[in-house]
Amino acid sequence: MRWGRRPAALEEAPSVERTGIELRDVVHSYGDRTVLTGVSLTLTERRVGVIGANGSGKSTFARLLNGLVLPTEGTVLVDGLDTATRAREVRRRVGFVFQDPDAQIVHPTVAEDLAFGPTNQGVPADEIERRVADVLDRYGLAGHRDHPAHLLSGGQKQLLAIAGVLVMRPERIVFDEPTTLLDLANARRVARVIEELPQDVVVVSHHLELLDGFDRVLVFEDGRVAADGPPAETVPWYTARMG
Amino acid sequence: MQSLYRPGNSLVHRVPAGLKLALLAALGVGLFLTGSLPVVAGAVVLVVAVGLLAARLPWSALLVQVRPVLIWLAVLLAFHVLVTDPRTGAVAVLRLLALLVAAAVVTATTRVTALVAVVERLASPLRVVGVRPARIGLVIAMTLRFIPLVADRAARVREAQAARGASRVGLGIVVPLLVQVLRMAATVGEALDARGADDAPARRRLARAAS
Repeated sequence: MRWGRRPAALEEAPSVERTGIELRDVVHSYGDRTVLTGVSLTLTERRVGVIGANGSGKSTFARLLNGLVLPTEGTVLVDGLDTATRAREVRRRVGFVFQDPDAQIVHPTVAEDLAFGPTNQGVPADEIERRVADVLDRYGLAGHRDHPAHLLSGGQKQLLAIAGVLVMRPERIVFDEPTTLLDLANARRVARVIEELPQDVVVVSHHLELLDGFDRVLVFEDGRVAADGPPAETVPWYTARMG
Repeated sequence: MQSLYRPGNSLVHRVPAGLKLALLAALGVGLFLTGSLPVVAGAVVLVVAVGLLAARLPWSALLVQVRPVLIWLAVLLAFHVLVTDPRTGAVAVLRLLALLVAAAVVTATTRVTALVAVVERLASPLRVVGVRPARIGLVIAMTLRFIPLVADRAARVREAQAARGASRVGLGIVVPLLVQVLRMAATVGEALDARGADDAPARRRLARAAS
């Protein structure tokens, strides 16, 4: 089992044993439409990729991991915390980056948006200031601190969305197709950012090159895990399957 | 407001947002209580001086908010010249101009978060009837954030319809835009959950980073 370097805030948090994310016989349906069936697995790896055709259940799977979506049947446990009953604690531990950053950025200006998550967590103002300054600097957004978020480029918006999660200091981050809306240069930049993150990551993506060097890749097909293993095995299997 | 704030460290920037809004309100009441041309003309000079000298704002920061209503000020003046008298028209126009410039100075020197915090404080008595002031503040901030975004989506729908031969878009934009906005609203709701909006303390403590 390989763990990444842990974010500082979590080292100060009350300790919950890190046992990974476990799904037990998970089924999820939207009304009559079942999108995930009988998913049972445990994620303990540092970098996990999730691939599959549109509608295969990838995004629902990703949302299950931090309690944004609750299983219709079965259980999802994050370090032993049930997402159905301990959702707030789970979301503090598992951050989520959406495909469309415009839907994730909720405040008019960059710095204000970055402060939103930690303010909700009750982080002291001076600590928020420090964290915001840190991520602005780290992601080349320092000059955009007071800029309106809607005037940023697509790549900058995605970086802002990632930074907005990082300032909350989660120990895992789930990315739902983070590069789908980006051009090649920005997609590569975001890929580098993900690669350098100290947190454990789960990345849902259609960009298979993004998963190079990952520890494990899950292939979803019709709501089931059709393949599960290192990318050297699963990615070629998936590529062949797609024709 | 979403793009009108000008970072700075002037005296006006440092004045608390609540005081600025109170002064703006007092100015509004005062200007409507007086009918004196020299007083309202003096008020215009004063607020322009505050904006340019005390707040160290460029002309453009004031003009950007005044320019869109200049035509209406001209119409108002013409109306008074025709119906009442030029002096009354001048007072009415200068009164509005002073308020517009004053509002421009406030928005250019105050972060949205600080203004939202004032609204939250003003709404705090409503807590006794179950209203959460932090939610009101969040709604205001999100409104300011999403106005340009929805406008952008509307422009895209218009372009898509034009590209497919629609010569006049009109009401045809409503349904596709509504579908897009509702879809986005669902994701925004998830994002608020993911970013701990439900975890917000009962009395929201706004970060200095954004105040």
